[in-house]
Amino acid sequence: MTKFQVNRRTLIKSGAAFGAGLALPTIFTSSARAYLNEPKGDTVTLGFNVPQTGPYADEGLDELRAQELAVQHLNGEGDGGMLNTFSSKALKGNGILGKKVTFVSGDTQTKSDAARAAAKSMIEKDGAVMINGGSSSGVAVAVQGLCQEAGVIFMAGLTHSNDTTGKDKKRNGFRHFFNAYMSGEALAPVLAKAYGADRRAYHLTADYTWGWTQQESIAKATENLGWETVNNVLTPLAATDFSSYIAPVLNSGADVLILNHYGGNMVNSLTNAVQFGLRDKQVNGKQFEIIVPLYSELMAAGAGANVRGVYGSMNWNWQLQDEGSKAFVKSFGEKYGRPPSNSAHTCYVQTLLYADACERAGTFDPCGVVEALEGFEFDGMGNGPTLYRADDHQCFKDVLVMKGTENPTNEYDTLEIVEVTPRAQVEYAPDHPMFAGGDLGQCNSGA
Amino acid sequence: MLGLSKKDTTFLLIVIFLTLATPILLQPFPENSALAQFNAGYPDLMQRFAIYGIFAIGFNILFGLTGYLSFGHAAFLGVGSYSVVWMYKLLSYNVLPGLILAVIMSALFALLIGFISLRRSGIYFSILTLAFAQMSFNLAYSVLTPLTNGETGLQVYTNDPQVLMGPGSPSSPHFFGIVMNESAKVDIGGWQFTFSNGYYFCAIIAIIVFYLSLRIFRSPFGIMLRAIKTNQTRMSYTGLNSRPYTLAAFVISGMYAGLAGGLLASMDPLAGAERMQWTASGEVVLMTILGGAGTLMGPVLGAGFIKYFENIFSKINDNILHTWFSALPDGLEDALVFMLHPFIGKGWNLTLGLLFMLVVIFLPGGLIEGGNRIWGLITGKGRKSKRAVKDNDHHPKPSAHVN
Repeated sequence: MTKFQVNRRTLIKSGAAFGAGLALPTIFTSSARAYLNEPKGDTVTLGFNVPQTGPYADEGLDELRAQELAVQHLNGEGDGGMLNTFSSKALKGNGILGKKVTFVSGDTQTKSDAARAAAKSMIEKDGAVMINGGSSSGVAVAVQGLCQEAGVIFMAGLTHSNDTTGKDKKRNGFRHFFNAYMSGEALAPVLAKAYGADRRAYHLTADYTWGWTQQESIAKATENLGWETVNNVLTPLAATDFSSYIAPVLNSGADVLILNHYGGNMVNSLTNAVQFGLRDKQVNGKQFEIIVPLYSELMAAGAGANVRGVYGSMNWNWQLQDEGSKAFVKSFGEKYGRPPSNSAHTCYVQTLLYADACERAGTFDPCGVVEALEGFEFDGMGNGPTLYRADDHQCFKDVLVMKGTENPTNEYDTLEIVEVTPRAQVEYAPDHPMFAGGDLGQCNSGA
Repeated sequence: MLGLSKKDTTFLLIVIFLTLATPILLQPFPENSALAQFNAGYPDLMQRFAIYGIFAIGFNILFGLTGYLSFGHAAFLGVGSYSVVWMYKLLSYNVLPGLILAVIMSALFALLIGFISLRRSGIYFSILTLAFAQMSFNLAYSVLTPLTNGETGLQVYTNDPQVLMGPGSPSSPHFFGIVMNESAKVDIGGWQFTFSNGYYFCAIIAIIVFYLSLRIFRSPFGIMLRAIKTNQTRMSYTGLNSRPYTLAAFVISGMYAGLAGGLLASMDPLAGAERMQWTASGEVVLMTILGGAGTLMGPVLGAGFIKYFENIFSKINDNILHTWFSALPDGLEDALVFMLHPFIGKGWNLTLGLLFMLVVIFLPGGLIEGGNRIWGLITGKGRKSKRAVKDNDHHPKPSAHVN
């Protein structure tokens, strides 16, 4: 027995020694690289992090399509798409900095946690130098924080909350998509023109950060034009039946209903509102109207005939007739047989913008890329002359005011462009109260 | 040693060895081979293995021993994460205060939820815990936004107080200077092994809590919990009040979950409300059942299995399939890719579901039972283990055995 105990002790000792031996290398941090995931071979890996399951899976799929297309164009395959119309001519169709572009994809599941896990795995396992995509502001903010900590560039996909480039802005993160403030500023004048300056608005708002910033922005913008905000009711995100929220609207004396909802929420609330006959009512001697501040093609398709004549805003639409949009819609349509959505457009453009910034900076080093993107002015990407503002990494460009098509001619013809609001009208100071409180911090290259 | 029998000591040593050697064991394929896709030896996933292993070990103390099926354990996971991130915000990036607070807070939560829910058993208990977890999720998602930052998740900002933060302190989570997201990469031949500080921190904690759970399993308290699972009515007839025991088990497993949640935030300084959603609670139930409820190693295996699928299979896309089968003729290649397409990438849930069904139907005792059967076949003790398998009513066994 005694002998056995000695044996066991030796075993424990050797086990401990082995463990210590394993742990030893962790004392030295590997600092042999200039920056995180520096591409050493003849390829460079981009990470596409999009929702492939969950409520926004359709949107994520469209983003992925666009990103694949962007990679093809960067590698000189296909017809080049927007590379031909892009004002910067640094990209030559031979990859980025002569390295062939490859990509890995991850599933955000529209959950901050899962999105961060997917992004981490692409950074740690696959050596991605950049993360692109996503379809929710919560996810965008979470992944942006992760990329800042890890030391790679984050190109946000569809994220509309003011916070992404407001209080949660980060030096390594960039947003091409427009935001809630811009929606409000673009929509308000059109609404005032269409519905008059003395309207009483009732808000139904999805009860989370995006919903709140959206409500705040649109309420402010419409109040500036003389509208009155009668009430703002928060609805739980998981709600599918909005009847109980819509019934009180009728007795509130309001003559406009603003639905600060997105995705399935919006499809359901709009359908409920139309079923209640709100749009056929006359209140205060005026026709009752419904407004959906943020539109997407997929939501419009989901709501079907209910969107007809309903105003909203968008970042981009495939019906735009400038050279950039036409080139993109053409190559996307040829490859996939359908027009791209506005989130697909954003992800496509973000990929090209990143590649172009690397090319101009002459390096994949995040700090060099940040420098190349900050204050970058470009054109030919479908939104007219655009600026990536250095103060908050928000893109400034024209905003589209949309309306549900009254007489659709095909299944993709759900929305029509009412007005292209010029960029000057939606600009704001970097320290605007709705965006205050954030700090970009320092760029992190992960070295 | 350490109050364990000889058999258990060997078992613990094997577990320690496996845990410490994980960065090597999970990297079986060389970097540039086509199979490198299946390597799992990168820090984030290994950390998740260890953390969800802890979560499942804790859950097993409740479900495996007492048979009480809680559908609300994710709430404690979330509480743990929020505690740690708040400690980052208020004190500094040192994980220790946060982890201590995480365990205390989750214990308090578990005491409250357990005290109410344990008045019922069976399905009613499950529904009560589910309701509490869903309540916590909704509170965290919108109502308590000032505390939890809602949908976006709680993060550390540069203007947070961080009173203990000195000028030289690391600006990411660390344990007295050992920075979690630092790692050493060792290249041997074509292989690349990543030894991450964060993983070893989680691994050491996992070993400690595994040891604790082993002790609980073997203790008189553990036997009492098994008695509750076997026949609670009979126990009350003998005059024993079982509620204090179940409550203790509930609180202990809640503390495990809180610790796991705290570790999640220690590896990655963010606490999101989704962590508390019912799907997360369901996941730990799946992990435990998949691995083998009531066994010591089972839940850890189940946790690893599910996390592996979530992180590795979800990333295989059509392009990767095409490169695998590129040697085949075009038509056959496309056909194969078309056939496999629903099971990879976004279809990882489907693959996992199928495997889960197979395990539940053919291996009711989980992966551990599969392992035992194979072991039985090798050592020729097949008949004996088959008899043990038939014991579906969980009759008391003559002595505790190592699984």
